[in-house]
Amino acid sequence: MRAQFVLQEVWTGLRRNLTMTIALVVVVAISLALLGTGLLFVKQVDNTRTYWQGKVQLSIYLCTTTSVSPQCHQNGPATQAEKNQIAADLRALPQVEKVYYESQAQAYQHFRQDFSRDPSFTNLVTRSEIPDSFQVKLRNTEADFNIVAGTVQGRPGVDQIVNDSSILAKFYKLLDGARNAVVIIAIVLIIAAVLLVANTIRLSAFNRRRETAIMRLVGASNFYVQLPFLVEGIIAGLFGWLIAAGLLIAVKQLGLDTLQQYFPYNIQLSAADLVEVILLAMVMGVLLCGLTSFVTLRRYLRA
Amino acid sequence: MIHFDNVTKTYANQSRPALENVNLDVEKGEFVFLVGPSGSGKSTFLRLILREERPTDGRIYVAGKDLARLTNWKVPYLRRRIGCVFQDFRLLPNKNVYHNVAFALQVIGKPRRFIRKVVPEVIDLVGLEGKHDRMPDELSGGEQQRVAVARAFVNRPMILLADEPTGNIDPATSIGIMKVLDRINRTGTTVVMATHDAAIVDSMRKRVIELEYGKVVRDQSRGVYGQAY
Repeated sequence: MRAQFVLQEVWTGLRRNLTMTIALVVVVAISLALLGTGLLFVKQVDNTRTYWQGKVQLSIYLCTTTSVSPQCHQNGPATQAEKNQIAADLRALPQVEKVYYESQAQAYQHFRQDFSRDPSFTNLVTRSEIPDSFQVKLRNTEADFNIVAGTVQGRPGVDQIVNDSSILAKFYKLLDGARNAVVIIAIVLIIAAVLLVANTIRLSAFNRRRETAIMRLVGASNFYVQLPFLVEGIIAGLFGWLIAAGLLIAVKQLGLDTLQQYFPYNIQLSAADLVEVILLAMVMGVLLCGLTSFVTLRRYLRA
Repeated sequence: MIHFDNVTKTYANQSRPALENVNLDVEKGEFVFLVGPSGSGKSTFLRLILREERPTDGRIYVAGKDLARLTNWKVPYLRRRIGCVFQDFRLLPNKNVYHNVAFALQVIGKPRRFIRKVVPEVIDLVGLEGKHDRMPDELSGGEQQRVAVARAFVNRPMILLADEPTGNIDPATSIGIMKVLDRINRTGTTVVMATHDAAIVDSMRKRVIELEYGKVVRDQSRGVYGQAY
């Protein structure tokens, strides 16, 4: 194997149809970047899910002196006895894993933290306006929510029962939708990339038909005849991948991580996640270009 | 070296065979002229030896190999033992003399040291010493054909096939090419040359095989171009 010779042939080939090569690199870059973005979205959603699974799943807000719901109006603020009873009943339920009481002072603190970017809003709200609550962690959110909520619903002192996962479901739906859109566009572009690779290689084979004919004549093995084209495709794929890697880093740093700042919780993807996606994109790029040029040549150079 | 056993070749969409029941033997070290009008089957004969085509019927043996039993991936190894020269030279226009010849060795993966040693020898052999750096378009037709011969011979093939190698060259220059082919033949290489050039055939006095409508009509040692004409 004369590596230097093969690389020289490859370089000539890439230079000879430079415009096609550039088009190829760009399309590969964009399709890989979009595919990678889709994968990053998947990871983001997964991470968000795991994050919330370890957290509270049911919030039971209690009546305070400032509560406005008719229910609280009727029964007045929750008394200590009522609170104790609710806590005891909740703990007795087999579906409940953990119950945690959040006092008004603690709730106020969390509130100020979560909305710290909006001081004009936090200054308007006083401590007594933030209700205390029972934060309940369920063993199985989907199945047990109604049972647990049912036992305390309507009791004196109970204001509102909120299923946290139902709020998150909307957010998941948004992320899932964005991911699907990105993946569909990526697939369309990958098809375009495959066709473009095939075309570029065919053009390259046509440009080099003299060389190829002589190679066959003097007894170069099929592998040797195909190698320059294969390497050509793979190099174009690698260039595309490099650009895609840059785009993916940008997507994470500027897109996903910035998006996280708008939420009270911060679940950033780790660098390892990004590296994994980028490596996956490389495998995709090399396979895409390598296989396509291989198959194209099979058909074009058949004896 | 080359053995045709009742070979018939009919191309698709053609009723008349290009070669019909051809039986012949070419021994190692022979120099053979293949003559006959256009369309008589000379090129088909050469293409069959290279296994660019497969016979419709009959058996072909080249360098001891039964071509019918040769798998596709082994064909390149057969071709490494056969050199080829054409009427239109088929040089690479963007490579100089040296690299045109070296190309034939590079693409079969010969080591660089070997290439550097052998290529100048062959360029000398065909009489192009000192012209390593010339591009094909800076050479005369005769010189270009010498480069093509050098490329065909650089891997020391057992057989050299030449398809009208003097077809594009004036008679005086043709004699030079024939001298090169003769020199190559003297190294023990079997040479099969298809030609229309009566003067050359008559002057060389080698074996002549004449084809007409795909049939061997004459096979004569120390023959001339056309006794019938």
